[in-house]
Amino acid sequence: MANAALSTPGIPMQPRGLEKKQTWLERLRKGDEVVHLITLSGAWSIIVITGLLVQHLWVYSAIARHTFGWRFLFTSTWDPVNGLFGAWPFVYGTIVTSILALVIAIPIGLGTAIFLAELAPRKISDALTFLVELLAAVPSVIYGLVGIFLLIPILTTAMPYFQKVFGWLPIFSGTFYGVSYFSAAVILAIMVVPFIVSISREVLLAVPVSQREAMMALGATKWDVTWRAVVPYARQGIMGSIFLALARALGETMAVTMVIGNVAQVSTSLLAPGYTIAAVIANEFTEATGDLYLHALIELGLVLFAVTMIINALARLLMLTMRGHEVTG
Amino acid sequence: MIRRLLTLAVLTTASAFAQQISLTGAGSTFAYPLYSSWASQYHTLHPNVEVNYQSIGSGGGIRQLIAGTVDFGATDGPMTDKELAEAQQKRGTAILHFPTALGADVPSYNIPGVSAELKFTPAALAGIYLGHITKWNDPEIQKANPGIKLPAANIVVIHRSDGSGTTYCWVDYLSKVSPDWKNKVGVGTSVNWPVGLGGKGNEGVSGLIRRIPNSIGYIELIYSIQNHILYGEVENSSGKFIKADLNTVTFAAAGASKTMPADFRVSITNPASAQAYPISTYTWLLIPEKMSDKTKGAALKAFLHWGLTDGQKYAAPLAYAPLPNVVVQRELQQMKKLQY
Repeated sequence: MANAALSTPGIPMQPRGLEKKQTWLERLRKGDEVVHLITLSGAWSIIVITGLLVQHLWVYSAIARHTFGWRFLFTSTWDPVNGLFGAWPFVYGTIVTSILALVIAIPIGLGTAIFLAELAPRKISDALTFLVELLAAVPSVIYGLVGIFLLIPILTTAMPYFQKVFGWLPIFSGTFYGVSYFSAAVILAIMVVPFIVSISREVLLAVPVSQREAMMALGATKWDVTWRAVVPYARQGIMGSIFLALARALGETMAVTMVIGNVAQVSTSLLAPGYTIAAVIANEFTEATGDLYLHALIELGLVLFAVTMIINALARLLMLTMRGHEVTG
Repeated sequence: MIRRLLTLAVLTTASAFAQQISLTGAGSTFAYPLYSSWASQYHTLHPNVEVNYQSIGSGGGIRQLIAGTVDFGATDGPMTDKELAEAQQKRGTAILHFPTALGADVPSYNIPGVSAELKFTPAALAGIYLGHITKWNDPEIQKANPGIKLPAANIVVIHRSDGSGTTYCWVDYLSKVSPDWKNKVGVGTSVNWPVGLGGKGNEGVSGLIRRIPNSIGYIELIYSIQNHILYGEVENSSGKFIKADLNTVTFAAAGASKTMPADFRVSITNPASAQAYPISTYTWLLIPEKMSDKTKGAALKAFLHWGLTDGQKYAAPLAYAPLPNVVVQRELQQMKKLQY
């Protein structure tokens, strides 16, 4: 389907057999080989960098891995004084804040992207897209400040009313201090929305006109066209933008540490303070003394790497199953 | 300014042929303003010596020093015996500690309706941070503040989330005044806090205090002076309530100097002195006893000597408490150990 839509009648291909066999040197001089080598080395460098990263994290976390084994992942005590390290509160905080951030960001981001690509006049769309891309370039410490000076006061004012209605739910129970998983997730959502918007919009705009025309010919409304022809067509690109947003949310450090409360505990309530992996590494790495402590922090880095991989794999799996159910248009 | 430039010009010409020496150090962020001020003042006086100081944190400073990537280190908590042994083994030299200035931690709080300076007993501070004292009108707090009406509100405890010398000083004090703290939590640049929220840096902690009603936190004296933040008095070992300022902090060092060990690795929290503020601490320069490059060594030695004597006058304007004279004299004696 995609191929049929994209194939353009144009440049005739030169029949293969007519090409003269070239020596390596000739190809080098013509540039093909140069480009090949350059692009290949670019691709290799990614593999090498990732490999080195994992290798380093692995080697420099050896002491912590040997001391705690799998317990490291599932215990909740983080006590540098007595050399007891458990990563669970950080893993939990990282996953909770990232997932919650996506839950908030996906509808907003996707809605904005659809509006910009399908509904808004071109001029408004371009102006708004520029703004969105500007948002993506704001340093995270600024978002942290926005969190402290804008978001937290607003949440603190609104929360008593909210809790009156929803306070009976365990996830909204307890005292709200302003700093919490929820605040961190909201800030993260604001940070990742631009990624979802700008990529999704590009993908939506790239959907061929024939797709829309075919749907319209069947008598569909404008919204039907968007939702049932355009969005499914662009699904893969949209998912890509969500992965990128997820990766950003999982690894975000500065903005999160400023609004999450930095308490190594596991709470059911989203309004309780917590901690994330990236935040604890940034907070404690500079002053960490002693090999075990240092190795435990580096092992946290390894865990973050693994968590990112696993969540990404799960998301991809989800996408594959979704595609399986979909009737191809 | 012009005079300074002229002096600089003259000095530069005079020593144009002198060898350029660059000293690198790393460590304590707490002492960074002082050391960078020293570095620039010293460079004006001795244009051939350039001191580069990186404030990467005390832990990082110690690691870099042990690895031998810097000429000197700087820390807010003394090196442990294990770290000293490691340095001896890797670099083949002992590391000497030289106190250079003093800092202190103060309790800051935000109780709606209370604008007075509260008085805190050691038992009150330990109780609050252990989570045993949970209300502001707890008898332990109220009895020290008879004239002030404290609310029956829950106390929100705030601490540093990043590892820091400020935390080290605070928990070192708590573990001296509370056996419970010593057994349950202990001393370190980061600890396993029984209660409370974490803020990053002094600005993070004071930001949380400002935002959360009925909260209490500890911040560096310097930061609270520079930002005009209200803080409370703390009862010292003689039963007197003392407000932290540069004088009372210097008294703490003087009070502790009688029992100061030969290697200067000493905590001066809760000293035996009636005038001393009890939550005070030294910040140290870490100097290798031997250096392979003698010229560099001589320059480092001269810089250290200058810092301990003439350099002390730059401490107070930056809100560091200067060293008491008894301590300076002992340090100058100690400098004779440097083998270069």
